[in-house]
Amino acid sequence: MPNLNINGRSMSVEAAPDTPLLWAIREQLQMTGTKFGCGAGLCGACTVHVNGEAVRSCQTSLSEVSGKKITTIEGLSAKNDHPLQKAWIAEQVPQCGYCQSGQIMQAAALLAKNANPTKEEVVAHMDGNLCRCMTYSRIQKAIMRAASEMRTASTGTERRAT
Amino acid sequence: MNTHVKITSDIESADLSRRSFLVGTAATGLALGYSGVPGMLGSDQAFAATSNFDPSVWYSIAPDGIVTVTCGKADMGQHIASTMAQIICEELGANWKDMRVQLASNDPKFNDPVLGAQITGGSWSTMMNFDAMSRAGAAGRMALADAAATAMGVPKDELVIRNSSISHPKSKKSMTFAEIVKSGKITKTFTPDELKAINLKTPDQYTMIGVSVPQLDIPSKTNGSAKYGIDVTLPGMVYGKPITPPVRYGAIVKSVDDSEAKKVPGFIKAVILDDKTGTTTGWVVAVANTYANARKAADALKVSYDGGPNAKLSSESLLNEAKRLQSLDDSGLFFVKDGDTAAAFGTAAKVLEAEYTTSINIHAPLEPMNATAQLQGDIWHVYSGNQFATRSGAIAAAAAGVDPKFVVMHQMWLGGGFGRRLDADMMVPAVQAAKAVGKPVKVIYSRENDMTMDFSRPLTFQKIKAGLDGDGKLIAMNHDVVSAWPTKRWGIPDFLTPSVDKKGGLDGFTVNGADFFYTVPNHNVRAILNEMAHNATPSGQLRSVAPGWTFWAVESMVDELAHAVGKDPAQYRIDMLDGKGANAGGAQRLRNTLLAAMGMSGYGTKQLPKGEGMGVACVSSQERASASWTACVAHVAVAPSGEVKVKKLTVATDVGTQVHPDNIRAQVEGAALWGLSLAMYEKATLKDGGIEQTNFDSYTPLRMSQVPEVAISVISNGEKATGVGEPAVTVIAPAIGNAIFNACGARVRSLPITAQAVKESMKA
Repeated sequence: MPNLNINGRSMSVEAAPDTPLLWAIREQLQMTGTKFGCGAGLCGACTVHVNGEAVRSCQTSLSEVSGKKITTIEGLSAKNDHPLQKAWIAEQVPQCGYCQSGQIMQAAALLAKNANPTKEEVVAHMDGNLCRCMTYSRIQKAIMRAASEMRTASTGTERRAT
Repeated sequence: MNTHVKITSDIESADLSRRSFLVGTAATGLALGYSGVPGMLGSDQAFAATSNFDPSVWYSIAPDGIVTVTCGKADMGQHIASTMAQIICEELGANWKDMRVQLASNDPKFNDPVLGAQITGGSWSTMMNFDAMSRAGAAGRMALADAAATAMGVPKDELVIRNSSISHPKSKKSMTFAEIVKSGKITKTFTPDELKAINLKTPDQYTMIGVSVPQLDIPSKTNGSAKYGIDVTLPGMVYGKPITPPVRYGAIVKSVDDSEAKKVPGFIKAVILDDKTGTTTGWVVAVANTYANARKAADALKVSYDGGPNAKLSSESLLNEAKRLQSLDDSGLFFVKDGDTAAAFGTAAKVLEAEYTTSINIHAPLEPMNATAQLQGDIWHVYSGNQFATRSGAIAAAAAGVDPKFVVMHQMWLGGGFGRRLDADMMVPAVQAAKAVGKPVKVIYSRENDMTMDFSRPLTFQKIKAGLDGDGKLIAMNHDVVSAWPTKRWGIPDFLTPSVDKKGGLDGFTVNGADFFYTVPNHNVRAILNEMAHNATPSGQLRSVAPGWTFWAVESMVDELAHAVGKDPAQYRIDMLDGKGANAGGAQRLRNTLLAAMGMSGYGTKQLPKGEGMGVACVSSQERASASWTACVAHVAVAPSGEVKVKKLTVATDVGTQVHPDNIRAQVEGAALWGLSLAMYEKATLKDGGIEQTNFDSYTPLRMSQVPEVAISVISNGEKATGVGEPAVTVIAPAIGNAIFNACGARVRSLPITAQAVKESMKA
């Protein structure tokens, strides 16, 4: 019975080791924020973080994530207040909303490494995530807004530290 | 809308004009809604007797002041639930922070007041519900005011109602909605006449309508908490994965060998569907304890098929059949027949003909089709995000072999609709698998099931013959539209449009838009059913439906005519939008919208570099009676290879009244990008009776890197509110095609536009 380190908790799941992480998260762990879109790594709806990297959970088996740190949309922030989540609301990004967990997780992996991305870097990083409602321009705006907020916040922290 | 559309025959009448509106105190607060029985009066006990919250009410106010609106419309990202709450909030005088939404069941009480059914589409919702929701809100405010006046002992007409509070400035007394609801029993019944007599706010009094309030559903869509159909979990539930045949329609299962599937842990059963509704053919469902195991079992099942009558058909067969049908004089039915085109062609100085095609297109909402079915006692509970609960409930009932009154449809948020969830195929595997295994079953399509079994936008073939007089004026047009008929497939006669010569019912949802607002004295439009395509590729309503192809033909042809007589294509259109006769009003609004788009884009004001061009198009989508006047100027650059880069789309749209300006911009932008995606990137093909594209590697909707600059101007001129979810889809392809011509002289007449077609046309 595989054990998963997910959203800061250790949870065991009753599933074969070759089970895609996506279905273990959704069915065994009852966290349905991570979505099934294509089952082939082509749409990004199922994106989660494994050791901080954005991965497609439909293409990742339980055996591959053993001992690794998994984060889903439910664990991205303690109070749904990650700068990206706040920016998604400020820019009123979602329409149907189905792809947005994946979009936010994909974007969060970018901003964790690069808090000052160019538009081209955002597009290159996000191009694997489909939005059938075509909210792409608002997604871009929200990422830029969140990046800006994160830079301001980290500057503030540095000031306090000195 | 087509005014004849009413499907009330087999369901309870939803005519709200004959119903009383009730306001009554229930155990959980104040409930407000229409009476269940037409004409019923004094029936406050209907609500007061309810010990639990009655989900059949339109909205309720809890003792803590929270106002919960029940939305009978499918919310697929257009935020219609939030919009309904906004319209009620305006008249009710509530604070937006107190508003909540929930989704309705298929109870006929939630039927659209105009359509008489629960159906969401056509960009109709705001337009058709504005008045009823406004009156519901106003009735609530009046009931609260009566109670407050009594409680405070002040005259009712001196009260000020806003922000969920009723105050009496003279005495400085005030009560919140919460306090009024808590204070005791409120009972008020509005007869239909009283409800109709309520003076609604005039636009200058609006404080909510026209304000971009935060959408109520958005926070739940940023943290994974919004529940879609696919997220439903029921106790004891198992999972189903369809195995669909290689032929889109008409296959029969010959045998199922489950010997390998039985080795998959958790496998329960392979269920062969017996679909008497004819919605599906040749489907099997692999049922297992988890979806991952159901997928494994589905892969392990060996199913053999008789491919049926369509197994050899291809896109080419369908197109050839369309051309054959179009060439026959007696094909089809007339949607428009004005003047005498035959005589006019005889006098024409110039006659031009052109053929336009569009490919099969797939909805591919990102949430694959799914449904969860559970039998409890005599009642089937079906959970699924669905755009047409009235019909889907009936399909589920037929699949279960019960009367529709034994089916309760539980609406969920829709992970994209775009017309796909008007169809009910997913009900059949869910219900029949649940029946076969005696447990609740959640059936989820794989993306491959979803794409190959889509109720697609049909392949279309159109031919336009146009006659010009000596001055280059368009005096005659014959327009033939050949396609599968998506609405005919529903089997609801009232959804068909009588032909103008009363010779039969035609599918207006294949020709809408062809009845444009240009003044053309002699004008025929024939709707021709392509029976072969109808049977082989059961078609559906895809975002924008007919205007997505009719305007491709009309707006391309009008451009061709302008160039043929040496006139500026925009000016040529403006000259034909003279507003004569039945075109009065609409034609002028469309002209103004076109001028707005031209102005914003700088059309005709500057010399563009070689290989670049701007093209215009203007449309009255969705339908003549419900048009949102929309125009586009596309700016493209064409490489010598034929590669087209769309540099900018400038879209202007006249929506009459804006309920939520920010949402309108979001919808118009999404629609415009859908138009771009269909124009350039999305193509499905039929081969050996099956759809060849199975996932997002071969069917390729627009991605972020393909998004051009989009400029949008929304014209709000105080006319009644019209829909915005679809019209902008229809204007993009012709604007791009016309821009390509202006850029390089290549005329493309087939969607999607390919570099190869552009290059070949350049040579020609």
